[in-house]
Amino acid sequence: MTAFARRAWLVLRKDVVSERRSKETLNALVFFALLLLFVFQFSLGDDRDRLAAALPGLLWLGFVLSGILGVSRAFLVERENDCWEGLVLAPGDKSSIYLGKVAGALVLMLLVEGLLLLLFAVFFNVDLGARLPGLAAVLALGTVGFAAVGALFSAMTAHVRARELLFPVLLLPVLVPVLLGGVKATEAVLAGEPLGAVAHWLKLLAAADVIYLTVGVLTFDAVLES
Amino acid sequence: MSATRVLGWLAVAGLGAGLVMAFGVAPREITQGNVQRIMYVHVPAVWVAYLAFLVVCGASVVYLVRRSATADTLAAACTEVGVLFLGINIVTGAIWGKPTWGAWWTWDARLTSVSVVFLMYVGYLLLRRMTDDPERGARLSAVLGVLAAPSIYLVHTSVYWWRTLHQPPSLLKAGSATMPAVFWLAILVNFVAFALLAAHFVGRRVRLLAREREAHA
Repeated sequence: MTAFARRAWLVLRKDVVSERRSKETLNALVFFALLLLFVFQFSLGDDRDRLAAALPGLLWLGFVLSGILGVSRAFLVERENDCWEGLVLAPGDKSSIYLGKVAGALVLMLLVEGLLLLLFAVFFNVDLGARLPGLAAVLALGTVGFAAVGALFSAMTAHVRARELLFPVLLLPVLVPVLLGGVKATEAVLAGEPLGAVAHWLKLLAAADVIYLTVGVLTFDAVLES
Repeated sequence: MSATRVLGWLAVAGLGAGLVMAFGVAPREITQGNVQRIMYVHVPAVWVAYLAFLVVCGASVVYLVRRSATADTLAAACTEVGVLFLGINIVTGAIWGKPTWGAWWTWDARLTSVSVVFLMYVGYLLLRRMTDDPERGARLSAVLGVLAAPSIYLVHTSVYWWRTLHQPPSLLKAGSATMPAVFWLAILVNFVAFALLAAHFVGRRVRLLAREREAHA
């Protein structure tokens, strides 16, 4: 087990180090998030009530769009310099590689989500400070499921034609429960309701996290062959 | 005569009996009129589709464990047939919805969740088509076939909670004997006929896919 966790940690560390040095994904995502705000503002106009009503959906739309761009790269980067072969040849259980990538995707998405929350607070003048603990719980639960499916599909589509199209086409239907749960729970949190009021949604999000992670761990060996 | 062919003729006989049941034996429903008869296509189609997706999940598990080519072709064939029947279900639902609800489409819970499931399995077919190496295609689609089955449950639950303003399922609900037996019988006869037809289609597709594989080998 410790060797398993160590391998997952090594994959995560490798990705964090290479991202810290190249800053490829995060740099682009920061500006993408900024651009999204303009798109939202253009499509909604100045009406404050309309913005308040749409805010939970907009937040998750932002997470999903930047998540699709960011997480789809989780395994694409391994195609360069024959890294993929290195992963295939790595000894031990392949699912540790998967969990390392899920952790990497999770870190990346949480960073982008934090950034988007900050941008929403500044540019749309919404006060998120008091809602932050509840919001963080909802985001964490939703993002684990997103990262679990995202990392798996990123590996699956890495060697497929039209992969940048296929990735969201596969991802979005499977993510419908996460999206609905996330939006509904966020809506309740922003309205000032306690988390207990949306306990059923939180349980659904947790169930989705567990199911997606389990399927990913069990099937990843088949994804990473050759 | 091959088993597939026998299934085909049985399906023809079953569909004939289903038509007789739906238009001859089952009476005209009082509130909805003849429009209600579309239920005899609509409901069996979705049952057969979900049955097919269950087989997809099982065959995908068998493929991942044993790497048997038969399991892969069975999963692929069942997905195609399942998508076909789910498509029939959605289209007949829309045709029924126009006179009943006054709109082809509403964002009703079951309509929405079934359509999400439809798109999920269309993704499966796309994934197969976009993978150049058939062996890799088999592995990847098996993973998706396994993941999709629990996702159906999650999608249905979440969409149901998201929209609870529709009528609850009028069939398959314990203790609700709101529908006379003759309606049930008509649905069951059609279900058997559709299941036979689906099995016939699957048999044909399995044989074709196996020949495609031989041709590529």
